[in-house]
Amino acid sequence: MKKQTETLNRPDNTAFTQQRLPAWQPMLSAGIVIPGFVVIGLAFIGIGVALFVTSQNIQVLERDYTGVEQNSDNDCSRCLNRTNCVCAVQFNLAKQLEGPVFFYYGLSNYFQNHRKYGVSRDDYQLSGDTYYFENPEDDCIPYQYDSRNRPIVPCGSKANSLFNDTFRLYRLVGGQKKQVPFDGKGIAWWTDYNLKYRNPTLVDGSLAKAFNGTVKPVNWPKPVYELDTSDSSNNGFLNQDFLVWMRRAALPGFRKLYRRISEGEYADGLPTGNYSLEINYNYPVHGFDGRKKVFFSNVSWMGGKNQFLGIAYLVVGSLCIVMSLVMLIVYAKYRFPDEDS
Amino acid sequence: MCSLLSSLGIKCGGEEKPEEERHLRANDREFNISYKYANNEINTSKYNVFTFLPLNLLEQLQRLANAYFLCLLGLQLIPAISSLSWFTTVVPLLLVLSMTAAKDATDDINRHKSDRQVNNRKVEVLVNGQLKSEKWRNVQVGDIIKLENNQFVTADLLLLSSSEPLNLVYIETAELDGETNLKVKQALTVTGDLGDNIESLAAFRGEVRCEPPNNRLDKFMGNLEVGGLTSSLDNDKILLRGCTLRNTQWCFGLVVFGGPDTKLMQNSGKNRFKRTSIDHLMNVLVLCIFGFLAFMCTILAIGKGIWESQEGSAFAAFLPPPDGNNPPFSAFLTFWSYVIILNTVVPISLYVSVEIIRLGNSYYIDWDRMMYHAPTNTPAQARTTTLNEELGQIKYIFSDKTGTLTQNIMTFNKCSINGKSYGDLLDFSGQSIEITEKTAKVDFSWNRLADPKFSFHDPCLVEAVRQGSKEAQNFFRLLALCHTVMPEELNDGGLNYQAQSPDEGALVTAARNFGFVFRARTPESITAVEMGQVITYNLLAVLDFNNVRKRMSVIVRSPEGKLTLYCKGADTLIYERLHPSCSKLMEVTTQHLNEYAGEGLRTLALAYKDLDEDYFDSWRKRHHEASTAMEDRDEKLDAIYEEIEKDLQLLGASAVEDKLQDGVPQTIEQLSKADIKIWVLTGDKQETAENIGYSCNMLREEMKEVFIVAGHTREEVAEELRTARKKMKPDSSDEPPFHKSGFLGKKSEVVEDETVESEYGLVINGHSLAFALQEDLQLEFLRMACMCTAVICCRVTPLQKAQVVELVKKRKKAVTLAIGDGANDVSMIKAAHIGVGISGQEGMQAVLSSDYSFAQFRFLQRLLLVHGRWSYLRMCKFLRYFFYKNFTFTFVHFWYGFFCGFSAQTVYDEWFITLYNLIYTALPVLGMALFDQDVDHRWSFRCPELYTPGQLNLYFSKRAFMRCMMHSCYSSLILFFIPYAAIHDTVRDDGKDIADYQSFALLAQTCLLVAVNMQLGLDTTYWTAVNQFFLWGSMSVYFAVTFTMYSNGMFLIFTSTFPFIGVARNSLNQPNVWLTILLTSILCVLPVLAYRFLYMQLRPTINDKVRYKVRQDKAPPPDVPRRFRPRRISTRRSGYAFSHSRGYGDLVTSGRFLLRPMKSRPALFSRSASSGLTLSEESPQIFRPIAEEPIA
Repeated sequence: MKKQTETLNRPDNTAFTQQRLPAWQPMLSAGIVIPGFVVIGLAFIGIGVALFVTSQNIQVLERDYTGVEQNSDNDCSRCLNRTNCVCAVQFNLAKQLEGPVFFYYGLSNYFQNHRKYGVSRDDYQLSGDTYYFENPEDDCIPYQYDSRNRPIVPCGSKANSLFNDTFRLYRLVGGQKKQVPFDGKGIAWWTDYNLKYRNPTLVDGSLAKAFNGTVKPVNWPKPVYELDTSDSSNNGFLNQDFLVWMRRAALPGFRKLYRRISEGEYADGLPTGNYSLEINYNYPVHGFDGRKKVFFSNVSWMGGKNQFLGIAYLVVGSLCIVMSLVMLIVYAKYRFPDEDS
Repeated sequence: MCSLLSSLGIKCGGEEKPEEERHLRANDREFNISYKYANNEINTSKYNVFTFLPLNLLEQLQRLANAYFLCLLGLQLIPAISSLSWFTTVVPLLLVLSMTAAKDATDDINRHKSDRQVNNRKVEVLVNGQLKSEKWRNVQVGDIIKLENNQFVTADLLLLSSSEPLNLVYIETAELDGETNLKVKQALTVTGDLGDNIESLAAFRGEVRCEPPNNRLDKFMGNLEVGGLTSSLDNDKILLRGCTLRNTQWCFGLVVFGGPDTKLMQNSGKNRFKRTSIDHLMNVLVLCIFGFLAFMCTILAIGKGIWESQEGSAFAAFLPPPDGNNPPFSAFLTFWSYVIILNTVVPISLYVSVEIIRLGNSYYIDWDRMMYHAPTNTPAQARTTTLNEELGQIKYIFSDKTGTLTQNIMTFNKCSINGKSYGDLLDFSGQSIEITEKTAKVDFSWNRLADPKFSFHDPCLVEAVRQGSKEAQNFFRLLALCHTVMPEELNDGGLNYQAQSPDEGALVTAARNFGFVFRARTPESITAVEMGQVITYNLLAVLDFNNVRKRMSVIVRSPEGKLTLYCKGADTLIYERLHPSCSKLMEVTTQHLNEYAGEGLRTLALAYKDLDEDYFDSWRKRHHEASTAMEDRDEKLDAIYEEIEKDLQLLGASAVEDKLQDGVPQTIEQLSKADIKIWVLTGDKQETAENIGYSCNMLREEMKEVFIVAGHTREEVAEELRTARKKMKPDSSDEPPFHKSGFLGKKSEVVEDETVESEYGLVINGHSLAFALQEDLQLEFLRMACMCTAVICCRVTPLQKAQVVELVKKRKKAVTLAIGDGANDVSMIKAAHIGVGISGQEGMQAVLSSDYSFAQFRFLQRLLLVHGRWSYLRMCKFLRYFFYKNFTFTFVHFWYGFFCGFSAQTVYDEWFITLYNLIYTALPVLGMALFDQDVDHRWSFRCPELYTPGQLNLYFSKRAFMRCMMHSCYSSLILFFIPYAAIHDTVRDDGKDIADYQSFALLAQTCLLVAVNMQLGLDTTYWTAVNQFFLWGSMSVYFAVTFTMYSNGMFLIFTSTFPFIGVARNSLNQPNVWLTILLTSILCVLPVLAYRFLYMQLRPTINDKVRYKVRQDKAPPPDVPRRFRPRRISTRRSGYAFSHSRGYGDLVTSGRFLLRPMKSRPALFSRSASSGLTLSEESPQIFRPIAEEPIA
């Protein structure tokens, strides 16, 4: 008992309090670092080769149709300063474009990633909350209310600037134009289509009535409930083109999926031959020096064509090998003396 | 109203003017209440329940960082600027505020508790003519209270009467000023006559008028009016709160100051707030960062202006600017938007994390068993939790001697009696045996009065005494009679000595154990028990010690009527006064003295002389004349003493060991290997200090020279310093080498170190130090002192101690540590960057003002070499990493600015921004900062050189910070552009979009998190299970939280708060996303790895070398071997063992340090009136020689 009180203040003897926790103490020794670099280098070169080859095998056909330059393969320059104008891009496939083929439109110098642009929307509206149909969020200014103070649905710059060029692809077979069927289903993210965006509950079985008291965005030719009157599952906020547009791009140059070509005789891809892409030229980009492009592309396990990743892996891998050699030389020559002091 | 307010802790403003004079009347509560003096309740707490929230918040928001974040929050609430949601700032700020508030609250609750405990102590108060037990808090000014032995003094009291003769009381002031020797207070006769007569005490109506409350412990002014008679009051009649009553059965006192007005409370709570050099550096860096932040924001704002005027106006069709096209204005708004986004360069969590790390490392000190001292049951204690890393940067240590290097225990070790030396144990071959704790002690059980704590190992001496050796008996008789010790009879019949110096106590205790027990003294007699027989000697004169005489004598008459003079003193002085017949004995004794001195013992020669009755009578008359002379009294007395102290017979010599604490020489050696300079600052005399310097290995025989500076004038000192410097470094210039500072050639005040080849020592005296510290000489002194390996300043006052510390602090820009145990060290402890108190002894003052405290000096090496080094290492690693991770995080936003139209769009999800510092990266780095160690503690001891990087500020400096920034810059470029390039033109494997903003945000933030965590892994050298858990745990938490926040449920509940629904699912299943993550993190880490590896091979640091060595021999190193001091024979010996000298005699005469000269009172006991903090070491509580009293 006495002994206990004598050492009452003695600290506990645990590995933690005495800072003796068992630990792994790695050190940058030559035996680990140099082989490590070699292994990483080899692995990277391997991955790099795989990526590069894969990327090489992806076919992309890219055409600029802005019409700024006079171009022999398209006549879009005439539409440059007009709206509701039709022009066409002609192209020839020397090699079959393996299917499934995806058709993209691309914009550049277009700041969808501008903060003001990004916040200029109302998530509640888009999830079908009719309260916000009448009271759109302030972020939507100046596309919150129209001049007669009627609420705009969908509000904001983001929705207002919906891309409205339309495309039709024709294959020229023996002087005849044969339309290539486009598949516009499921081009948006599943979560966007099924969860994030919801149409308001129908009023009297009509979507249009649910939007009563609201007006369409100023730039739009028609209200949101008439985006695709032929297919109710592709109408309103659930219109796939609308969804694709609303998923704003991270960078000022971007491409967005427009249609898939996977039906009928085109399931295996676009066969060789001459094609004509007919464009309903509406979207003005000339004013801000933007460019409009179209892409036909197929994909692989690594997604779309991207040379960068493969090359980067190859470069980094080779640098690792070089570095390991340098380190080996340095180690052999200068390694610090293990003198025993 | 006012009382209500004051109970809320708010002072009523302005109505009360400061008290100018205190006026009170004993036993008259109504009268005293009219003055509204504070009662005896104390309140040291800061808050109460109602005031806590507002006051604490106000206090916290005064801190720069918190205020900054509050401003940020304000900015965020302006819609035009707000680039981030409010919660990104509010969540961290609330967390920080609430954590600090919780800590403050617990502190305050503890203060409330201790207040309550003190306030509820009981004391007997005289109320309505009766003694009643009352709580302390209810005691009022003007009450009369009764204190009993060993009770704490309740309030500041005017002593009225006591149980002891002459109305004396003895008090101990340890809690007040750390002094453990007893002090005497004496009541006025007017009040002393009241005694313990309750009726007369109750009828006492004395009126006191005195100074208002103040904090001067050594001063009191006032007067007492009793029945028209006014007597003046001074400090001798006042008992201060915090003292303890000793050796006094009871006393009565009149409460003068209560509670907050007492001098104890007036003195408390004014601690200087210390900050570490890292703190200062951090403040500078934070300012730089603010500047840098402004710079980045300006660039982006300019970019915005340009973009707006060129692109933005054209893009207006799709994104109309809110208020027309006004590029300058939108640039201005963008500036603030980016201030909000880039604020993470000054992360709020930094401050909290730093506090946590310091707290953790402080706990390690508290928990360290190797700094626990079992004999006194004292663990080490980190009393300040904010200075840890500075422990790893100490360059100068200032140490007190008594009680710090030494145990302040004197042991009677050896003696030489009549030419025979006792005290050594010899084996058969005549070699002396090492005396350890296990060596058998001599049995003193035959002596009933022996002190059980006394130990002696040589049995021969006891035998000699018991066999009746005349010389041996005379030797101890002298020790029992010739001293100024006061005996104290304990209740259990034991005996206790109150000695002014431990030397004297040791000698008298030795005599006691060898059968010559000093029992009692009166002014005229000394009673001793000699070998069981009670003998009372007539004490005729005490020829007291002074600095010149270096000896003291007593003249006694034995019961048989024999007159004898006993004298003890410095050997040289005694030898001059010996009778020629002793010459042979002198030779042998000198040899013994040399041996003792070589072992570092404090020696003393003893002699006696039988006196002739007639001669003594005439001498005594002349002595009386001299002692009553009005002029030159001291000189005359000295002459008269000199006359009688001659032709002495040598008895022998005693050797007292001033016991060093365990391990002091080894510790000093270790610390000097770590390139720490140790200066000893002591109030001791030069000889004693030098002696200790040698015995603890600071001064060494092999030093080329030990300079002694003891000049008495400015010129002498200046010359001595200059000569010494020229000797050490003949080519040194007279102009001190100032540190070259980079700015505009501005002359800095910092003196650079100068190296000398050989080792030198310096011993400087207090009076010389006074000149050396003057403005014009201090640089010369500093240069010279810093060239020496060992510096000892002796006879210094507490103020000088602090001045020396301040000088080094200011002129060397080095981190200083002061260590001491007594009240006289307080000023130095407070002045130094870090103050260490030696705890476990009685005095508390040093500990109370210290930052760290432990029981033994040797723990200092563990505190510095292990805890300090680790703390510094950890803190630096933490800061480097922390800045790295936040800069990297922030710079990515900067790069993105150029690609999003400078629109202050964040790269990451807002929730990621909120949680990045709080959750995702908080714990791994904390784990590193709490557990990391480069090598374990044994290696830290074995290689003290590991300590030096800290002194040179190598691990974290402005340069290291710049490197951090460059590194971050590189990493952020990788972390932005690799994902950019990898994703800008690609799509998912099903052709859908992946280059959208949300996927990019997820990719960029995942890359960032993986990269910074890998960097952390690279920085961690000590991977405990906790580190692993924190690291992998944080990564898992990141993915778990991300998937949760991007889940359907969260979106459906909080639609606009979590708009990232589905992103994790849609992009983290893509192989190219993972390949991008791998590429970025490898690219971030590998160059660092290669750089470190190459650097280690080409220019290994001391750290690398030691770690390499650790790897080589897996076996733990042996503990540092304990080396024993070799014996040496030296002719250098401590002149005189009395450390109880008459205080600072020579300083007093020089008049430089004392505010007022000491005065002596014509009473039996006198004490120095001005002993306050200025003069407390070995405070001269002189029992004034009885010889001054005219006898008969």
